[in-house]
Amino acid sequence: MAAMTEAAVPLQQRQSVRVDLARTSVRELNAALHAGDVAQRADHWLVRHPQGKHSIAVGLDAEIEVEIDGHVGYYCAGMNQRATVTVNGNAGTGLAENMMSGTVRVKGSASQSAGATAHGGLLVIEGDASARCGISMKGVDIVVGGSVGHMSAFMGQAGRLVVCGDAGEALGDSLYEARIYLQGSVKSLGADCIEKPLRDEHLAELTDLLARAGISADPRAFRRYGSARQLYSFHVDNAY
Amino acid sequence: MCGIVGLHLREPELHPRLGELLTGMLGQVVERGPDSAGVAVYGDPRLSPPGTTTVSLLPRGAAAEEIATATQALLSQTVSFVDGGQTVVLSAAVADDELVDAVRRAAPDSLVIGHGADMAVLKGVGSPLALAASFDLASAQGWQGVAHTRMATESAVTPEGSHPFSVGSGQCLVHNGSFANHATIRRELRAEGVPFDSENDSEVGARFVAHHLAQGADLEKSLRLLCERFDGFYTLLVSTRDSFAVVRDAIACKPAIVAETPQWVAMASEYRALAGLPGVESARIFEPEPEVVYAWQR
Repeated sequence: MAAMTEAAVPLQQRQSVRVDLARTSVRELNAALHAGDVAQRADHWLVRHPQGKHSIAVGLDAEIEVEIDGHVGYYCAGMNQRATVTVNGNAGTGLAENMMSGTVRVKGSASQSAGATAHGGLLVIEGDASARCGISMKGVDIVVGGSVGHMSAFMGQAGRLVVCGDAGEALGDSLYEARIYLQGSVKSLGADCIEKPLRDEHLAELTDLLARAGISADPRAFRRYGSARQLYSFHVDNAY
Repeated sequence: MCGIVGLHLREPELHPRLGELLTGMLGQVVERGPDSAGVAVYGDPRLSPPGTTTVSLLPRGAAAEEIATATQALLSQTVSFVDGGQTVVLSAAVADDELVDAVRRAAPDSLVIGHGADMAVLKGVGSPLALAASFDLASAQGWQGVAHTRMATESAVTPEGSHPFSVGSGQCLVHNGSFANHATIRRELRAEGVPFDSENDSEVGARFVAHHLAQGADLEKSLRLLCERFDGFYTLLVSTRDSFAVVRDAIACKPAIVAETPQWVAMASEYRALAGLPGVESARIFEPEPEVVYAWQR
């Protein structure tokens, strides 16, 4: 989380670099962020004028903060490891796809497939997420301040999806072991997704996730959904 | 992939900038479909002079001036023309059908790719930005424009297969995606007497919409009927002289983003195409919900 880094190193002592994408290419920015000594050179990178460009801050593997001032295009912060990426705007398709660790935060809304196949780390979307949020998630924690679109957490294997607003159709379709916490209403549950009791350990887990995401909501107002595990074994009714 | 952009201007002061803004938008979706491109411009006095109807065609080897002269001889009316490279645009102060008929007789090998009052369609094969330059798109004016960059998946890379598909008076359709059951629907429409110009799946969508509009349905109703009948993936932008509409299929995996301000409504495949529009910072930006028809009227 940004707060921890700021507590350890006061802001005025941090090395900060500004990159203007109106003048610098995304390729140059990413090359600089991939350099082996990136954390020594600067632990805070401010990216201006992203203008919806694709693949900004992908493949990071260092404990740095990257702040992007504006809307980003496809695959922002994909494959992230260790870095904290903040988008002061909306994000396009495939945000934080296949993230391994670190934190990605979007202050606006995200398009479809946010956090797809991500293995770890925390993805926070303060606005809404579109269709297929957390599709095939494999261990990531995703907290959405608003609503999510249809087929969210489709084939989710591990990790937690927290939705403070509503969910679209077929939530958790063909879910494996990912857990879903939803505060609002759901249009429909997908195949094999069922509501499950919200026990004390889930309240504790949800409280922690909301706190880490910096989103204030009452954990007791949420419901929990998960896999009924009926698709795991062959069952003739599941065949064509 | 394919790239879609469209701009519906509410503020008349922006009308002189339509072509410039649309060219900027088109440039941002070139990577989505580099094999061909097309545009439709509504309200440009150079491409579609006021008081006339306009026919856009692929001349297929015939010279623009020859076609105009031959059409003029058939009509006994002045026919003006714009040579837009792979496309020719002809205008005359006669009824829509009359001009289409005369052009077809004057240049039987040519293909009509659009007709109507206040609307011109320009399309072709090749680099989208080179095509935009050959259309002189940057200097176009008007109240509405749509553009498309194509990545051909369902049919050959030909000028006939380029978008927009404009098969009814003043109507246009551009498509990102693919229709799975287009052959079946094409067969059904042919049985009802609907002609086709290409093997392109998107043309079937355009013919279907035009067919229902001709039967009295409005644009919203036609697009709802399309959602019921067509399988596959689609983001569609459909325009008429006074409407601008967007619809996506139930799966909604093809991208679409809409931005709306009091001055304009814009739609594109990606936000980057909207980033250069005036006042986009304060626009209401949203993604269309699956199978919901969004329509704006002039």
